[in-house]
Amino acid sequence: MSQVYEAYRRPEDLGAPPSESTATVQLVIDGKTVTVPEGTTVIRAAALAGINIPKLCASDMLEPFGSCRLCLVEIEGAKGLPASCTTEVADGMKVTTQNPRLADVRRNIMELYISDHPLDCLTCPTNGDCELQDMAGAVGLRDVRYGYAGENHLDAEKDASNPYFTFDPSKCIVCSRCVRACDEVQGTFALTIDGRGFDSKVAASQDQPFIDSECVSCGACVQACPTATLTENSLIEMGQPEHSVITTCAYCGVGCSFRAEMKGEEVVKMIPNKDGHANHGHSCVKGRFAFGYATHKDRITAPLIRDSIREPWREVSWEEAIGFTAGRLKKIREKYGANSIGGITSSRCTNEETYLVQKMVRAAFGNNNVDTCARVCHSPTGYGLKSTLGESAGTQAFDSVLKADVIMVIGANPTVAHPVFASQMKRRLREGARLIVIDPRRIDLVRSANVEADCHLQLRPGANVAIINALAHVVLSEGLQDKPYIEERCEADAFEDWRRFILEERNSPEAMAEVAGVSAEEIRAAARLYAAGPNSAIYYGLGVSEHAQGSTMVMGIANLAMATGNLGREGVGVSPLRGQNNVQGACDMGSFPHELPGYRHVSDAGTRALFEREWGVELLPTPGFRIPNMFDAAVAGDFKGLYVQGEDMAQSDPDITHVSDALSALDCLIVQDLFLNETAKFAHVFLPGSSFLEKNGTYTNAERRISPVRKVMKPLCGYEDWEVTQLLANAMGYPMNYGHASEIMDEIARLTPTFSGVSYEKLDRLGSIQWPCNEKAERGTPTMHVDTFVRGRGLFRLTPYVATQERSTSRYPLLLTTGRVLSQYNVGSQTRRTRNTQWHGEDILEIHPHDAEQRGIEQDDWVGLKSRAGDTVLRADITERVQPGVVYTTFHHPESGANVVTTDNSDWATNCPEYKVTAVQAYKVTRLSDWQRQFEDFTETQLEFLREARTPADA
Amino acid sequence: MAGKAYKVFVPRDTTARSMGADDVAAAIAAEADSCGESVTMVRNGSRGLYWLEPMIEVEAGGVRHAYGPVQPADVPALFDAGFLSAGRHALGMGPTEEIPWLAKQSRLTFARVGITDPLSLDDYRDHGGYAGLARAVGLTRDEIVEIVTESGLRGRGGAAFPTGIKWRTVLNAEGAQKYVTCNADEGDSGTYADRMIMESDPFVLIEGMTIAGLAVGATMGYIYLRAEYPLAIRIMNEAIGIAEAAGLLGSNVMDSGRAFHLEVREAAGAYICGEETSMLESLEGKRGMIRYRPPLPAVKGLFGAPTIVNNVITLASVPIILAEGAEHYRDYGMGRSRGTLTVQLAGNVKRGGLVEIGFGRTLRELLEDFGGGTATGRPIRAVQAGGPLGAYVHPSQFDTPLDYEAFGEFGGMIGHGGLVVFDDTVDMGEQARFAMEFCAIESCGKCTPCRIGAVRGVEVIDRILNGVDESGNLLLLRDLCDTMVAGSLCALGGMAPFPVISVLDHFPEDLRAR
Repeated sequence: MSQVYEAYRRPEDLGAPPSESTATVQLVIDGKTVTVPEGTTVIRAAALAGINIPKLCASDMLEPFGSCRLCLVEIEGAKGLPASCTTEVADGMKVTTQNPRLADVRRNIMELYISDHPLDCLTCPTNGDCELQDMAGAVGLRDVRYGYAGENHLDAEKDASNPYFTFDPSKCIVCSRCVRACDEVQGTFALTIDGRGFDSKVAASQDQPFIDSECVSCGACVQACPTATLTENSLIEMGQPEHSVITTCAYCGVGCSFRAEMKGEEVVKMIPNKDGHANHGHSCVKGRFAFGYATHKDRITAPLIRDSIREPWREVSWEEAIGFTAGRLKKIREKYGANSIGGITSSRCTNEETYLVQKMVRAAFGNNNVDTCARVCHSPTGYGLKSTLGESAGTQAFDSVLKADVIMVIGANPTVAHPVFASQMKRRLREGARLIVIDPRRIDLVRSANVEADCHLQLRPGANVAIINALAHVVLSEGLQDKPYIEERCEADAFEDWRRFILEERNSPEAMAEVAGVSAEEIRAAARLYAAGPNSAIYYGLGVSEHAQGSTMVMGIANLAMATGNLGREGVGVSPLRGQNNVQGACDMGSFPHELPGYRHVSDAGTRALFEREWGVELLPTPGFRIPNMFDAAVAGDFKGLYVQGEDMAQSDPDITHVSDALSALDCLIVQDLFLNETAKFAHVFLPGSSFLEKNGTYTNAERRISPVRKVMKPLCGYEDWEVTQLLANAMGYPMNYGHASEIMDEIARLTPTFSGVSYEKLDRLGSIQWPCNEKAERGTPTMHVDTFVRGRGLFRLTPYVATQERSTSRYPLLLTTGRVLSQYNVGSQTRRTRNTQWHGEDILEIHPHDAEQRGIEQDDWVGLKSRAGDTVLRADITERVQPGVVYTTFHHPESGANVVTTDNSDWATNCPEYKVTAVQAYKVTRLSDWQRQFEDFTETQLEFLREARTPADA
Repeated sequence: MAGKAYKVFVPRDTTARSMGADDVAAAIAAEADSCGESVTMVRNGSRGLYWLEPMIEVEAGGVRHAYGPVQPADVPALFDAGFLSAGRHALGMGPTEEIPWLAKQSRLTFARVGITDPLSLDDYRDHGGYAGLARAVGLTRDEIVEIVTESGLRGRGGAAFPTGIKWRTVLNAEGAQKYVTCNADEGDSGTYADRMIMESDPFVLIEGMTIAGLAVGATMGYIYLRAEYPLAIRIMNEAIGIAEAAGLLGSNVMDSGRAFHLEVREAAGAYICGEETSMLESLEGKRGMIRYRPPLPAVKGLFGAPTIVNNVITLASVPIILAEGAEHYRDYGMGRSRGTLTVQLAGNVKRGGLVEIGFGRTLRELLEDFGGGTATGRPIRAVQAGGPLGAYVHPSQFDTPLDYEAFGEFGGMIGHGGLVVFDDTVDMGEQARFAMEFCAIESCGKCTPCRIGAVRGVEVIDRILNGVDESGNLLLLRDLCDTMVAGSLCALGGMAPFPVISVLDHFPEDLRAR
């Protein structure tokens, strides 16, 4: 991939959003004939023709507003001076954008602005990148005849309460771009204009400090501000960037494109890329601001080794570390056999890195013992969608939601976990799309600013399949299915079997109401709404997959979508909202023990032959260990060596006690990560990792979009992650010799039909590509299953509801379900090392007032939480977001021990753990749990071991 | 004795009441009681002769006779003078209809105002009410719009846009839902015509809006009513209830099978919400901010739907146009200003009140014949026409006919028909300052020329008046006025300079160092 370094400049802004119209209009602007789509505003038409009309309140990210009055023009035959930002083009229109009259008016308006603006340009944070300054220059303002003694806002106080940006109202020109960005782009409606006339001022919520307001720190307002009123603190500290590089965010599965705005090798700002196909210039607090972890003092930048986890670490050279590691792995293999070692790939690493790890396991370790964290999140998605539709991935592009009429959100909380996509969804909801939420909790989407769900099926955790079957029952029993679609596109026998099954009385809403805890009427209303469409789209998250019946539920969703003809075009589909930045990619890259890249089973001789030829080794035809198998085998003493790249099972996986036992039983645990994470505390080798800013590669987001990750700084440890894997493979005796990440992608493309057209050159050219990308779809595939399903005909599969074993009993009367918060990401190893902790410093237990009352629990009390797997203690938040009988927490902080409580129960097909349902008891306590105290001791010991390794180097 | 029953009219209009009408009514009732006279008292609306309020009337021999201004202390003497039988008294004005001030008017829109009991539907019908709607239900939408177009009726809120053309736009606009909204946020200084209609003849507004609804296919109407008009709010709400009960509003208007519902929305107390797009924002429950146009409200108005936005007087003029025909209305007036204008005489004027006359009479006729000069008896120095954004008219311009175009020629405007009179003690420099100050206070804050310009305008005028660089600041003031006129988003910032410019042009002696 070429580096695409650009000297820093403000991105072009055409002053108004594009028109969707296909009809065109011809007009003349300053004597130039211009042809643009109907509905385009004059300012945009002019900008497209290279004519820049002065502007301050207009932006192509926002709807026209017409407040600054700088963009006034003359239009032949029109009265007065129309604003070009609000005036639409018309055929034959003749526009003049520059003449002495317009110059006078513009200069006089600028003069008014500057009469209420500090004159500290030289020391102002946005000096050099200020639209107000530029406009003063453009209109030739030389004098402010009003003087500066008049009424003004120069003494307005700064609000520095937000950790990432400062609000300086003395510099505000009241253009409302921030307010409009919050409303239109983010959809939070946290900002407003308070007061009127000259007293008009930007206010957060009820004129509160930003930190106390409804602001979600997405940064849209900061980006929209044309002055220094809303400014990144990093910019205030560092000054203007000098170059920028386009790259991809390393947080969630939305995969936002960013411009890393750099000063040498330091990131000044991360600015969402307006040309980004997943995010269209929008961002969330994580991607926009929480990148400080990359240079956090906790980063480990030199390899560490030790013989036992009861010993301090020793900092060593790369050579020694790799030699030590290869030696140990080889010794284990000799002693315990070829099956005794394995590897785990990371959903946070690049496609290239992930590919290389599985290649090393298969080719250098000589087995199929490779798995990935998708095992514990979206493996049921892969299984369920592959078996019904034929492809293990979401069917749509994110943009598809803008054409949806009915949106069904199941077990997902997009406003916190996929915030940028949530903003797009909320935009569509504000345009009038209807919303069905199926979730045990009252998530924000159920009711928030200008969004309200038509139906909220607040089911009991574990009842997903009951609900999806009941919805399908309504569709079939009321004749709401799309018969021609089913006949034309689906397997007839399978449909007939499914039809008979679904119509059984046990699947009726009336029969399922009790199980699901949702009334039959509510289920019927939701089913009718979904079936009515005409474009109905399903978005789902881990609340679907992380269940004992996770795979069943995914198939149930696919069944419902097929039955109503909601697959194969824009505005519809089945879209898993994937949690991590590259969880789709990690799955695509053959991270599973049974599949080679491209979801091809290891038992398929043809596929194996292809890889054997390229890799020059013989491959095993039988699947290797899944993660839970590895742990079980480790405890049993059969599995001894594990290479873990960028994963943290000791915090993220269920039943932590069992995980710890397994990790402790290993002879050689190699962890490659940025930080000494929980898993690394059990490791014998620590190989420092490189952050997304330090390497080249690609991520694949939830919509199958492959986006470039570009190196904006040298790796702190000296190597990109894939280079370390390569060193280890070579040391293990399997030669690898890649010079650049692009060569790995070239190999992937050679071996994987869905990737055959992908190359770094093409990514540079197109920006991003949605797979499949091959000779049939040279530029990629936004919508899948268009004419036929990937598997040929769609396959309805039977989905009988089976209650989970995790049910409330007298001993464990409550059901625990888990989720995320906006400011933290996954295990938190990144976000906990940023100022995001200001919003979420610890994991909290949500409990309904009724359950709290019964237990004498008050707000902020310590609450013991006990399941059959273990117990922990969390602080209580008494809230009606959860229903009676259900408690909820997050797992962003290791000491919270949420996963000490979760059990080994898992999906029948894929072993995906049932994080979303654990029977628990909650009770008031006064001290931390035994596990937590052991955890504290263990952590302190391990940190001391780390300090000992580093002390000599620091001294 | 079992004497005859007398009928006395005591207005319940806010102006009459503020001048003591309620006390007078009580005094009459008490006096009648003690005299043993049987008096039926009608609380009518005001006839608009505010200079005679509280003006009471008595019906004698089928003719109404007026007495005014009456105070409670006058009541015994009136009884003594036999006023119940139209007896002579110093306050007696003779038969009401013959009072020249009233006789010279052409009351079309205000035909019933002050005559009927505002909340008597029978009274309303007896005086020609609902004849317009009765005709409209038999017409096609197109025909109704055509009649309104032919009448030449123009928006009486101030902008004078042809009503028929606006309705035609709404009629032709695509939309499953359309609305009729009535701008009753009457905020111009010296105006009260809207309030009078709503307090004195509420059914005429209801009827007008219903016809508008039928004309464009709107099933819902809203009256955005000034919160400072509590009585009007009460009366309109009561009248709507009566009309609904009589099948004149609701899902089957006059058995036509067509629906029209009407609601009053209390305004939020901002002058800017009298501007139609701000009014729509406010009706939607949002902050009163200007929307840019186009799209016009007629195409994309309330909640994005095609919407008629008309002033009270405009809508209240529709029933008579339908009832009597377009020609009857169009025959009044001159040039492109057809029909009648409801002038509201206010300020320093001897005989203030509501004058409805055909367009074309001169300003001087209004001020002298109707107004009778100033209340102080001093010469008139200036008249502000068309509200706080209207130019100050110099006596040299008093022969201008009341005609939208003629006023426009000298930079003036008729607006909503308010005339505020000043005598020769007025400080026109202060008046110019007030125009900017008013704009600064009432600005919504959206566009820059208005938001900052108005504040700077006050400061520049202060500097002129204080003798700071007078010539430089006078030039700057002209420049600022030009910037505001050319650059503002709406009429508030765009017209606030008009009174200032008129002072600069015609009263320059007052805009200089003191």
